[in-house]
Amino acid sequence: MSDAMTDPTATPDDAPMSEQSSEQTPDISATSLPVQGEPVEYMISVDIAKKGLVIAPVIIAVCALIWGSEGAAGAAVGIGLVVANFLLSALLVSGAARISLGLMMGAVLFGYALRLGLIFLVIVLVRDEPWISLPALGATIIATHLGLLMWELRYVAINLAYPGLAPKETKS
Amino acid sequence: MEALSILAQDAAAVADFGPIGAGIGYGLAAIGPGIGIGYIVGKSVEAMARQPESAGMVRTTMFLGVAFTEAIALIGFVVAMLVQ
Repeated sequence: MSDAMTDPTATPDDAPMSEQSSEQTPDISATSLPVQGEPVEYMISVDIAKKGLVIAPVIIAVCALIWGSEGAAGAAVGIGLVVANFLLSALLVSGAARISLGLMMGAVLFGYALRLGLIFLVIVLVRDEPWISLPALGATIIATHLGLLMWELRYVAINLAYPGLAPKETKS
Repeated sequence: MEALSILAQDAAAVADFGPIGAGIGYGLAAIGPGIGIGYIVGKSVEAMARQPESAGMVRTTMFLGVAFTEAIALIGFVVAMLVQ
């Protein structure tokens, strides 16, 4: 028995080293703290959505040329699905990151299953409709998803920063 | 004639396996991205826990990596949808 344990007037400084360390170290792990910084996922997704709106008329026109009006409808639904997929993903991750790092990990993994389920649900609902072309829908989903990502990756890779930190072009 | 009807019945029975095959194919196509996304996010969380000041860059890389990995699941889904 040490003096610090038997003496009721003893201060924390008199406690043994093991007790001191347990009092000074808060019981908080790094994964239970909020993530520092801006919501970069949301900024990237908004940037991708803007680019998606820019190229949407081109994709719809190409699909309309190949598959007709059903192709145009399929392309429009496909672009909407891809953009909504990015935005939903970003909202889930950014919202969870403001709470804690561990929750962010759960949100990414749960969001993956949730978003695939939502896409599956939408396609099951529209697949038997006569006004939509499934090949156009499928091709648009793949091409838009990969194309927009490559386009966004180009900017991120050049700047080594997310869109909010990207340097603006200056006229010399 | 009887043989032809039997063959037609067999062909119809084989055609019924289309949705099952599509479902199995899509399930297999979703396994890889699931593992990949788990690995990406796990490593990113580890990096952010070690160096919180680099969280912005890590989150950017993580988000784009997850999106690229998810494209594989989308491709599997679309192929299953079209093959069915």
